[in-house]
Amino acid sequence: MSQLSNIIISIIFDGLAYAMILFIISVGLSVTMGLMGFVNLAHGVFAMAGGYFVTSLMSVAGVPFIPALLIAAAGVAVVSLPFERFLYAPLYKAGELDQVLLSIGLVFMASASFTYVFGPDPVPIKVPDSLRGQVDLGFRSFPAYRLFMVAVGLSMAAGIWYGFEKTLIGARVRAAVDNRMMAQSVGIDVDRLFRFTFALGSGLAALGGGLAVDILGLSPSFAIQYLVLFLIVVAVGGLGTIKGTFVAALVLGVIDNGGKYLWPEGGAFFIYAVTIVILLLKPAGLYGRHG
Amino acid sequence: MSDSVLQAVGLCKNFGALEVAHNIDFTLKRGARHALIGPNGAGKTTFINLITGVLMPSSGQIILNGQDITGLGQAERSRRGIARTFQINQLFRGLTVLENVVLAIAERQGIASAMFRPLSSYSEVTDEAMELLSNFDLNEDALRRIDELPYGRQRLVEIVIALGQRPSVLLLDEPAAGIPSSESQHILDAASALSSDITVLIIEHDMEIVFSIADYITVLVSGAVLTEGEPEAIAADERVRAVYLGEVDRG
Amino acid sequence: MISDAESRAYFSQRSRLKWWEALPWALSVAAFFVLPDYMAFGTQVLITIIFALSLDLVVGFAGVVTLGHAAYFGVGAYTAGMVSAHLGWTEPISALLLAGLVAAIVGFMSGAVLLRYHGLTLLMLTLATAICLQEFANVNEDVTGGFDGLTGVSFAPLLGLFEYDLWGHTYYWYSMVVLFLVFVVVRIIVNSPFGMSLIGIRENTARMHAIGTPVYRRLVSVYGVSAGIAGLAGGLFAESNAYVTLDVLSFSRSGTILIILILGGVGRLYGAFAGAVVYLVLEDELAKMSPEFWEFGVGLLLVLTVMFARGGLLGIFDRLRKVFSRAAL
Repeated sequence: MSQLSNIIISIIFDGLAYAMILFIISVGLSVTMGLMGFVNLAHGVFAMAGGYFVTSLMSVAGVPFIPALLIAAAGVAVVSLPFERFLYAPLYKAGELDQVLLSIGLVFMASASFTYVFGPDPVPIKVPDSLRGQVDLGFRSFPAYRLFMVAVGLSMAAGIWYGFEKTLIGARVRAAVDNRMMAQSVGIDVDRLFRFTFALGSGLAALGGGLAVDILGLSPSFAIQYLVLFLIVVAVGGLGTIKGTFVAALVLGVIDNGGKYLWPEGGAFFIYAVTIVILLLKPAGLYGRHG
Repeated sequence: MSDSVLQAVGLCKNFGALEVAHNIDFTLKRGARHALIGPNGAGKTTFINLITGVLMPSSGQIILNGQDITGLGQAERSRRGIARTFQINQLFRGLTVLENVVLAIAERQGIASAMFRPLSSYSEVTDEAMELLSNFDLNEDALRRIDELPYGRQRLVEIVIALGQRPSVLLLDEPAAGIPSSESQHILDAASALSSDITVLIIEHDMEIVFSIADYITVLVSGAVLTEGEPEAIAADERVRAVYLGEVDRG
Repeated sequence: MISDAESRAYFSQRSRLKWWEALPWALSVAAFFVLPDYMAFGTQVLITIIFALSLDLVVGFAGVVTLGHAAYFGVGAYTAGMVSAHLGWTEPISALLLAGLVAAIVGFMSGAVLLRYHGLTLLMLTLATAICLQEFANVNEDVTGGFDGLTGVSFAPLLGLFEYDLWGHTYYWYSMVVLFLVFVVVRIIVNSPFGMSLIGIRENTARMHAIGTPVYRRLVSVYGVSAGIAGLAGGLFAESNAYVTLDVLSFSRSGTILIILILGGVGRLYGAFAGAVVYLVLEDELAKMSPEFWEFGVGLLLVLTVMFARGGLLGIFDRLRKVFSRAAL
């Protein structure tokens, strides 16, 4: 393998793993924002909660990694429901400013609470041995955990896409995203649908957060740190679209990773520049509908 | 034709495969009281949106006083003399009736972009607003907030705002919508009292209003013109009756 | 029957000076004599008020939500800082005016591009623009000092007479004068027909289009003016601190000033005063004791404000006033 192609493959592969995390966490945000039009800056809190849930289950209760992920996802999904009901729902008709400020307030509260309970330092995670080390794919080796991430991400993407495009409930969600009033008049219970989607999205975020601990690190400032990033993925991809979130996560994930690798001092700049260019040309995002 | 103030020529609009306006040819004669009727979903509001510039046509032209305005935006068309009311009130709900009207008049008088003199120094704007409101018996409500007024009176303010623009063409989109028929008389009076300098196009479902005001009627069905003519001819037209059979007949 | 005179009086009533408007100024002056040791802090409070006022024009009056206003604050700060550090320019007032001018130009140019968009798209664009600017400043280290900050910023005595002193006295008065002048301008704009049209755009943009308002042009105008004022605040920041870091362009700064404005009360000018004073004083006291406690408190305050006290502190004052005047009857 030549030096250059090796580097390129590394960048793309790492970017891919990173993108999968971004996708899994952000997809719920895209669909719920597309459904209710609620600008939610606090979505990262669910991912953060998932991360802490997983690490706590593993270190305190000795639960293995994969089951911990699933329990955390389910747990956060359930807990997110009262959040939606008592904090978000009253503001669906409110203006953008109110929604932005409410969600910022929630992020602060969450960040402070987690700092209080878990301390400000990053939390380590002990990834199972089967996922450590390198895996030889023939032409070169790849880190096992990242390979795992890519596999999980792609299969989740396929599963979510299937659910969204091919099932009845997915069709209902798509209809409601497209035209809420029309969907309601056809008999779709949009509120219940939304609650289901919200819980699912939060659970997925938690799953993503748990998976992310080893790659992105976990500390109480996670939700704030990545707040902008999740929003960007969703805005660039387009609200209410699985495909959009996936493509945006891929593009931004690879560019962010590559940018930082190739240009450590200024690499972060690239994803924001790309975001600006894409939004200027396609205000509704790559696959969004309502411009 | 010099006596036609507004014309649509071959107007088409589609959203992808959905065609909401199909080859509409339409002429509005100067000083007319022209009504646009049709069943729900016929595309009447869409037509108004195309005329006012809220929507851009897929093809076709719109001509105002002999000039092609097809490429112009809403604000520019408004400044050239087209004013409209909305089917659902588009008012400044948290502001007073006076402020609502002042906004329109200030814009028309060209002082709305003045940054360094207080609004209160432009007494001609306030005076004109009060005069306009008096014509519609809204004078006592001038300093009340819009959302404190009953819906019927709000609907009147909607018309007054449009008149504050001193339009040559006034497009009324279902002015009586949402008002119980017992109160729609006020709207009828307001519409009848409009100066003959103003050309009026009115969309309405309330046939009483249509037949008492209109001197010419166009019937729109599924985005295309079905027929048009004087009120008696339209009332007698079998096709028009058929189209309305599924509708609640309010005539 | 409302007479013409009454209707005219309605608007002049609103723009007339009220007695209590003297209070914030009286309090600022009094603070100098009562709390002389806190003047450096006081200067930063005044600077924050100027920044918040600029944001109020855009968010409170025009209804445009932006998460990137620090971009203009930062441009102003770096302009003032760089002319001093690199060009040896020491006259503070002209440096300040330059800061405001450059920020205004950047504001007009970026506004012209950004304000063609709305909603979430606009929000993300303002955010991304500010971050790009910050990264740009970061990368050009030799000019901006990068991560370590811009050093070598120093200014000559104001008007050749007033020395910069360690206790911040000079800069306190200097900032107060700037705030006063800015406030007068903003107040005039807000009470003008232009100001009224901004409120119209905020309340019902569709209606404004329909009555012939060139909405985009109005928004770009107010955005540019606001950016200029934010730049003045930034310039003062550079001059009073004699130091500029990347933080002046940060998302955190944009977010904080938005929070301050909401807590004080949007769209009411004096909300900027109330919000800045309360927030900065509380932060100074509480963040020292426990940063998490402070962070949680701000978050909670935000949530409560949005859910129950939309008008912020001033809104609460209003409601209390109504309760008391009813009780007095």
